[in-house]
Amino acid sequence: MTSSKVLDLPTAVSRYVTDGATVAFEGFGHLIPFAAAHEVIRQRRRGLTLCRMTPDLLADQLIGAGCVSRLVASYFASGSAGALYEIRRRVENADPDPLDVEEYSHYGMVCRYQAGAAGLPFFPLLSYAGSDIPAVNPDIKKVADPYGGPAIYVVPPLRPDVTIVHAQRADRDGNVQMWGIVGVQQEAAYAARRVIVTVEEIVEDPVVRSAPNRTMIPAHKVDAVVHCPGGAHPSYVLDYYVRDNAFYREWTAISRDRRQLLAWLDHWVDRAPDRAAYLDRLGPARWQRLKAGPVPIEPSASLRRDVSTPGGEG
Amino acid sequence: MTDASRVLSDVPPSSAEFLACVAARQLADKHRVFAGVGLPTLAVDLARRTINPDLDLVYESGVCGAAPGAMAEGIADSVLVSGAAAVLPMAALFGYVLQGGHIDVGFLGAGQVDRYGSLNTSIIGDWKTPAVRLPGSGGAVEVLRNARECIVVLRRHDPDALPLELDFCTSPSPVRVCAEDVRMVPAGHGVSTVITPLAVLRRPEKFGELEIAQVHPGTSVNDVRAATGWPIRVAATVTETERPTVEEVRLLREEIDVVRLYLR
Repeated sequence: MTSSKVLDLPTAVSRYVTDGATVAFEGFGHLIPFAAAHEVIRQRRRGLTLCRMTPDLLADQLIGAGCVSRLVASYFASGSAGALYEIRRRVENADPDPLDVEEYSHYGMVCRYQAGAAGLPFFPLLSYAGSDIPAVNPDIKKVADPYGGPAIYVVPPLRPDVTIVHAQRADRDGNVQMWGIVGVQQEAAYAARRVIVTVEEIVEDPVVRSAPNRTMIPAHKVDAVVHCPGGAHPSYVLDYYVRDNAFYREWTAISRDRRQLLAWLDHWVDRAPDRAAYLDRLGPARWQRLKAGPVPIEPSASLRRDVSTPGGEG
Repeated sequence: MTDASRVLSDVPPSSAEFLACVAARQLADKHRVFAGVGLPTLAVDLARRTINPDLDLVYESGVCGAAPGAMAEGIADSVLVSGAAAVLPMAALFGYVLQGGHIDVGFLGAGQVDRYGSLNTSIIGDWKTPAVRLPGSGGAVEVLRNARECIVVLRRHDPDALPLELDFCTSPSPVRVCAEDVRMVPAGHGVSTVITPLAVLRRPEKFGELEIAQVHPGTSVNDVRAATGWPIRVAATVTETERPTVEEVRLLREEIDVVRLYLR
């Protein structure tokens, strides 16, 4: 009836992520597409413009591997999100190479994706008056309100060549369902020319149709669906596994020393051909501890519900 | 009646416990607070367990009406999602909840604060060759612009953290906005309160300066003035900060931050 968009990860990345491309990896503390980033590293992509509201471990790894020449972002994570020494080395000392940074605030990035998604030439927001940020980012511009209100700052559309996100599940057509913290993924997907989604589960069409509000990215916007269980580790996937907080803490020491960072990438990325191999290296005991109880509580309950029985829920 | 819950603790004013307790007390009569990671996480949790059980917690990850069963290790922690009233996309959270004017109090940290409550969370040094790269705006520009008022917690009080001139203004006070364009001035107050290891500074006027309103035990007004990068004003009445109670410190250590993530 419809064609399957299911691809393996190497094929999806080699087909849609090219050297020099603008690539958005989104997922706000939740559903972070680590497995896809690792595949980009394995394929040795170069000269990427990385768009990510909160560059975190994923950004530190992509940058450390030499994939990124430019970063578009709004918050350089630290503390419990992991210290990012590779990014700091690049920005503070151009060591080993400089990194171009284009900086916004969080809502500025959200508005850029909204403009990109909706095909708008710019997006207005109440931020930035009095701030030094526009002075260091000439793409943030002040315009007159055509209706006579105060002047207002606008940000340009962000239109990634490809947006990559991770989700709980999708069907083979590419209807992507995610829940919990959904961040800016819908906007980032609609803003992009191509969309790759890695998922914990590929489900049958009726599962999607049983809870259509959970579809954050409909099939018409998705190019590749990749079955990739555990693909968001060390971040979490609500109802599937919890955040590996120990891993985030361990990253600080790894990131601080560039040689250790390269050794980490060699062991965990280059020599682990796929996510299954990565989870193997993590060890079954650690992985089992992170996995949450039986999956989607609400959708499976709604699937079981007999439609002839009057619902007891408000 | 002897009230055991009012026995005072002797934790030092520079401790995270002290700062979190002082911050929590600012929330007694507030309704909806936009909470960040770190000390604000402790402060809102403590406030909900003590002086304001109805405090409505909003996080920039999209969570509204959070009811965390355990301390959040980050603003996107799954404990914030479980039992929350709503989880919104960020476009709705920043656009409608925050910019739409539904936040009473924003909680912010900063590398530097100036006399009018403008904040630097971007860089120390020069933009092109920074000595230290700080996290950047995140949502701070939006929180300071759109919350009715903001509370800032600083882990240090010295002329570098409270300078005469910021190295970079990430999030501007209404004073700076007004200097750019009077018509762009926000409805909110900007920074109302700065809590430091030495004092509580308040800014009673929207276009006014921070002044010393409270000094912590063992600190004098002169100590605070000497540690501030501009000749800071002194409020008509300066009080001594009330110490945290033993019970507040116990809650922080034994029930809230049991792993001592933010209590450091």
